[in-house]
Amino acid sequence: MPTNVVMPQMGESVAEGTIIKWLKKPGDHVERDEPLFEITTDKVDAEIPSPAAGILAKILASENETVAVNTVVAIIDGQGVAEATKSVPEVAEAPAPEVELVPPAPSIPPPAMTPPAAPAAAAAAVRAGEKLRSSPLVRRIAREHNVDLSLIRGTGLGGRISKKDILKFLEGRTPAMAGIPAVKPALPQKPSPASGPTIAFTGPTQVAAMTPQRRLIAEHMIASKKTSAHVTTVFEVDMTSVVQTRERMADEFERSQGLKLTYTPFIARAAVEAIKQFPIFNSSVEETNIIYKQAINLGIAVALETGLIVPVIKNAGDKNFVEMARAVQDLAGRARSKHLNVDEVQEGTFTITNPGIFGSLFGTPIINQPQVAILGVGVIEKRPVVRDDAIAIRSMAYLMLTFDHRIIDGAVADQFMAYLKNVLEPWQEPVL
Amino acid sequence: MPQLTYLEAIRQGIWEEMERDASVFLLGEDIGPYGGAFKVTAGMVEKFGEERVIDTPISEAAIVGAAVGAALMGMRPVAEMQFMDFISCGFDQIVNMAAKIHYRWGAAVPIVIRGPSGAGVHGGPFHSQSNEMWFAHVPGLKVVAPSTAYDAKGLIKASIRDNNPVIFYEHKYLYRRVKEAVPDGDYVVPLGKAAVRREGSDIAVITYGAMVWTALEAAEVLERDGISLEVVDLRTLLPYDEQCVLTSVRKCSKVILLHEDTRIGGLAGELAAVIAEKAFEDLDGPIVRVTAPDTPVPFSPPLEEYFLPNVQKIADAARQLAAY
Repeated sequence: MPTNVVMPQMGESVAEGTIIKWLKKPGDHVERDEPLFEITTDKVDAEIPSPAAGILAKILASENETVAVNTVVAIIDGQGVAEATKSVPEVAEAPAPEVELVPPAPSIPPPAMTPPAAPAAAAAAVRAGEKLRSSPLVRRIAREHNVDLSLIRGTGLGGRISKKDILKFLEGRTPAMAGIPAVKPALPQKPSPASGPTIAFTGPTQVAAMTPQRRLIAEHMIASKKTSAHVTTVFEVDMTSVVQTRERMADEFERSQGLKLTYTPFIARAAVEAIKQFPIFNSSVEETNIIYKQAINLGIAVALETGLIVPVIKNAGDKNFVEMARAVQDLAGRARSKHLNVDEVQEGTFTITNPGIFGSLFGTPIINQPQVAILGVGVIEKRPVVRDDAIAIRSMAYLMLTFDHRIIDGAVADQFMAYLKNVLEPWQEPVL
Repeated sequence: MPQLTYLEAIRQGIWEEMERDASVFLLGEDIGPYGGAFKVTAGMVEKFGEERVIDTPISEAAIVGAAVGAALMGMRPVAEMQFMDFISCGFDQIVNMAAKIHYRWGAAVPIVIRGPSGAGVHGGPFHSQSNEMWFAHVPGLKVVAPSTAYDAKGLIKASIRDNNPVIFYEHKYLYRRVKEAVPDGDYVVPLGKAAVRREGSDIAVITYGAMVWTALEAAEVLERDGISLEVVDLRTLLPYDEQCVLTSVRKCSKVILLHEDTRIGGLAGELAAVIAEKAFEDLDGPIVRVTAPDTPVPFSPPLEEYFLPNVQKIADAARQLAAY
């Protein structure tokens, strides 16, 4: 049986992906799970493994082409050509009872219109068509007009081929072209949400196209701003205790765990404790409902040269300090080396971002939809502060929380931050 | 042509049949000097006298039983249910007597049982039901539900002339809200024939009663989005116009079945089955139902509004289906 290879859904909000490179040529043999092609999306760059073993029969999307999720990009013939030929009688039988049931429609083109196709190829095409998402009507029209559905790009839900799609395809197919794949229509041009009003600038310019990843980041940021009522609150937190704990324990931590002791697990542990106290920060909004999530899946924003990625620590609420530190180091490392799995950037329920590593005092982060809050950490540095009416030198940092005012009021956000501050300032949890 | 309300059109239809055929008479609660709870029979007793416009005791079983007996003796009674909700008290007489007599004895039972049904007027659970499917499941009956004033007159006249027992559902929300030009004088709208109220190409909406108007409103809204709805008004629910339904489904390839009645066992389920059986290979998407939920009609006005299908719900369903 031929197997359709589709553009995978690399994250719940991803709509399309770009093929960077085919690792096999048509006619090559592939093993199941052997890397077949490379793609880039806004969330990850990834090698896509072959869903089945067999011969790569057809490549339907070329390199650098951007296609919608679930679009068929290749067909793998499971048995090889010999097997396909062998199964022809089985295929030829299938339509027979239909002929009795359905009176021939007047629109059936005379046989001369269709150039004779190699029996094996035709059989493969028919069988491939049956595996595509379409409708009873579309399958009937395909049968009546001898159309290989795998050649049609579906515009319905999940790439489903609709009546409109097949009628459009038939319209564009002249007798001479019958059976030859039509030029694939470009993806529907979405108005780019990232582009603002055009302002005339007459000096010399240079134009650089956004990468797909950049384009989708742009879309997500604008979409988030349009979705949530963003408000940011900033707290100043005395990190001296955390800094001292880190300095005191760093060597032993690295020796015993093989992990660098960074500030991130401190922040993550404190955030998790605060979320447990205020579960609304672990929710999302669906129409007029607030969906509380049981698991705390903590996203940690990681800056890459090419953009931004947010790997997710699943069930962060159940992790102790060492487990948290291990998860942070593992995910951040693999994010930088582009070795994240798709499911490791999905299902986040709350995000932490750390602009402080670049020296930022504080910022106003944008919420990572469909979450409702994001915690930012500014630079930790020594500052003169007043303690007991004297000026003391302490390690200070600004922590900021952007929250969705649709469901979270300022008082609740500030209680959350006060709780967080109260965990961090007198740091008590043993790190080992 | 005079402008008549839906209610006045029904009155005129009955009136003309009373004038035309001396065997036609009316019976029901407070239909005489009071003119009926909604005034459908206002002026009738003055015109036709107490022998042909009979005020009955409050007993639906007695009303239907008397009508069945009179029909067997050659009369053509038109019985009013003050609200169609109360028809349940006459259930046995309808389903075990009126519906079966022809099959048992070969005798005709030309009765019409008519009255107001439907919600949207804050009538609460006992004065708002759409219980047409109780009778659409009974072989031997005909079930009629007009949506326009023209049809209301033509269908009540056809129902009175039909030799079978007819349950005639008048939608109380439409009584005085629908007003249109209705020809004076005799015409009938045949039972069992649907009407295409609006031609469209993308999605066929099959409905009846007050929901016809809601569907037409939704069609206007969706036209602006480039989605073209065809609206089919069934007019008769038993026997329904299968040919018209299938023609519209084949034309549009997608279908929404819409009714004010609750979901389980509603007519939409039956239509979905016949479409799946006979037009499966014409479908380009799932068969979609838009109906009331499976609860009694709520008394609270906001809850009643939530309960009823509306333009928004139809538009949402249509947009999803169009994108499928």
